[in-house]
Amino acid sequence: MEQLPLHPAEESDRPLMLLTAPQLRSPVTTQSIMGNVLIALAPAVVASVVIFGPRALLVEAVSVASCMGFEWLWCLLRKTPNTVGDLSAAVTGVLLAFNVPVTIPLYMVVIGAFVAIILTKELFGGIGCNFANPAIVGRIFLAVAFPVAMTTFVAPALGGSADLVSSATPLSPAADALRHLELFFGRYAGVLGETSSAAILVGFVWLLVKRIITWHVPVVYVGLVCLFSLLTGHDVMEQVLSGGLLLGAVFMATDYTTTPSTLRGRIVFAVGCAVITCVIRFWGNLNEGVAYSILFMNLLVPHIDVVFVNTPVGGEARG
Amino acid sequence: MGRLIQSVRSRLHSVELRGIHIPHNKATAELPTVLMPLPSQVILPMHMHVGAACTPQVKRRAHVDVGTLVGHSDARMSADIFSPVSGTVKEIRSLHYSHGKADEALVIVPDGEQTVDESVRPPEVSDYVSLVEAVRHSGIVGLGGAGFPTWLKMDSDLSNIDCWLVNGAECEPYLSSDYREMVEKPDDILRALTTCLDLSGVPRAQICIENNKPKAIELLRVKAAASDPRIEVFELPARYPQGASRVILRNVTGRSVPRGGHLTDVGALLFNVTTMGEIGRFLQTGMPLTKRRITVMGDAIERPQNLEVFIGTPIGEILEFCGLRSEPRKVVIGGPMMGITQVELDAPLTRATSGLLAFTNELVDSPKTTACIRCGACIDNCPIRLAPIDIQKAYQRRDVGALDRLMADLCVECGSCSYVCPAKQPLAQSTRFARAFLRAEQRKAKGRG
Repeated sequence: MEQLPLHPAEESDRPLMLLTAPQLRSPVTTQSIMGNVLIALAPAVVASVVIFGPRALLVEAVSVASCMGFEWLWCLLRKTPNTVGDLSAAVTGVLLAFNVPVTIPLYMVVIGAFVAIILTKELFGGIGCNFANPAIVGRIFLAVAFPVAMTTFVAPALGGSADLVSSATPLSPAADALRHLELFFGRYAGVLGETSSAAILVGFVWLLVKRIITWHVPVVYVGLVCLFSLLTGHDVMEQVLSGGLLLGAVFMATDYTTTPSTLRGRIVFAVGCAVITCVIRFWGNLNEGVAYSILFMNLLVPHIDVVFVNTPVGGEARG
Repeated sequence: MGRLIQSVRSRLHSVELRGIHIPHNKATAELPTVLMPLPSQVILPMHMHVGAACTPQVKRRAHVDVGTLVGHSDARMSADIFSPVSGTVKEIRSLHYSHGKADEALVIVPDGEQTVDESVRPPEVSDYVSLVEAVRHSGIVGLGGAGFPTWLKMDSDLSNIDCWLVNGAECEPYLSSDYREMVEKPDDILRALTTCLDLSGVPRAQICIENNKPKAIELLRVKAAASDPRIEVFELPARYPQGASRVILRNVTGRSVPRGGHLTDVGALLFNVTTMGEIGRFLQTGMPLTKRRITVMGDAIERPQNLEVFIGTPIGEILEFCGLRSEPRKVVIGGPMMGITQVELDAPLTRATSGLLAFTNELVDSPKTTACIRCGACIDNCPIRLAPIDIQKAYQRRDVGALDRLMADLCVECGSCSYVCPAKQPLAQSTRFARAFLRAEQRKAKGRG
């Protein structure tokens, strides 16, 4: 097939350049977007180290290094341009590490990175072509392959909350509030990145300020989970603050490649995620409700993209 | 929660089109217009407008005056060309544009006298037909960049037109020539509008200005209120591309132009603000379009400014007049979003050009194209709500059916998609190709059917 002429005459010795409009381009690049996502993930990285100790950082480092390493190796073997510099593999690495407990053997992290980067991303064409979120597939693969290692949660390394707990126990509403507070700041056993809701919300604000994502998907997703919890009589705060809901809603259900391309489509996607999450949580017995819900909706994205399209100004409605 | 739902709904069914934020960079906005002296020669291409090319009306070595008719076509869709200087026709030669097309051009060497042709006198206008006929012989075309013959636009069926829109958005970054028109010549604009409204029977006019030009808004609002209550000023959000005709129409009236249709189909006429000002001046003096205001800017320019330039002045002489700080590597005719690059400095300034930009370091690095990450920025930011990335993919496989479904023909070529794309995909360029391809295929299909 004939290729589009991209930027003709750019390198020639012609004194003046011949280029097509627009001459002006925004400074935003894939790399700057992924860099901002990494910055948004940083508070949760810090929280994971504070909560679980220095091994958390080791797990995260191994995950990032192996994700970037696999991508680099793939590009090398396939003789394609090296795409490690766009930092998307680093984001996958951090997200994958956030989905494993601190005690996980490191070789399992490397296997997870292989599944995420090679099997889920590169085999389907690399960045922008993967059908599902690589970190989620990596997590689900690890959960299925190593169920014991993936559910050996340890209590937070951080001490000092015992006094607070004992002093507040007599009043049960206060105890409830305290438990929610503990959940909010992440002082409970779980995987690395899911525990501290506060850190994830800080990252969410960063993504909004930097206009990397819009508020629609996380708010609709979490809002609907709240609503369904309320309707079915579950503890709303516990549903929101525990498990990977916030991590998934902020960082995974907003992944560009694996979510619909129109706003309407993205909202439908968020609604679907909320419904599946609640069904799995309330009536199923899987730990990975959020991960499965996002994966299922990832698979529906091509169909959502066909049905929920924008109607151009002056065009007849379609879709 | 109610407000939240409302916000979602208003975004989904937004009447106001959002557009994108681009740094305005209008450093020349407050500089008064300077008249550029006579150039060493003027080069008048015979095809400076949409429609049929003119044929030269004068021979080599003939003497011409300011306002002498030098180019004319018998085709309806065309606009006459007048000499901006008095002098001698040096030659009639061919001219090659940077987009690859060739044209015939008159080269006139000014004698410095600037004697005015005796045919130049204020037109006698008594009704709308005579107004249109007068404008027909003024050489005025859409001065915002379109170059569409103005009289032809005025000559459409006015029975269902309820609003005479004037485009003073000037949404392109860098450019401030329309702004200077509004600030320096508000009376010309208003006089032309009043005459047009009087004679055409259109009930009202709206001058649409982006809200980053508060002085122009205030000035025209006060003057319009004093002179003609039918003329209003409409504030547009300062977001690119408010100046695109379909976007302005949608934001001012809430109407959309149907596929393959024109503004007149939905009851509106739209003229650039400088075009209206030029009509005002023409009605008073009878001097056809021979000069125009342009913004000269860019990091290679020593003295960025607004210049009134004789049409046909070689752009190299304009750059020289403004001073070159360094050797330019890129010269842009028009604004940085929709303008085209010019590779030859002896090419002339044409009628529809509102800016001339020269760059040495800024805007010269073409970013490297990387893989699409499906971020949807091109879709979210398209003023027409098209899907540029899907159009590009459909064009790459030459899928006429898909391009038709995606309505590639509605593109206004504003370039927002290419601007916002983080992967630096050539989306605007692809859509331009796709549109031309789709139109050609549709014509072919029609011819067969």
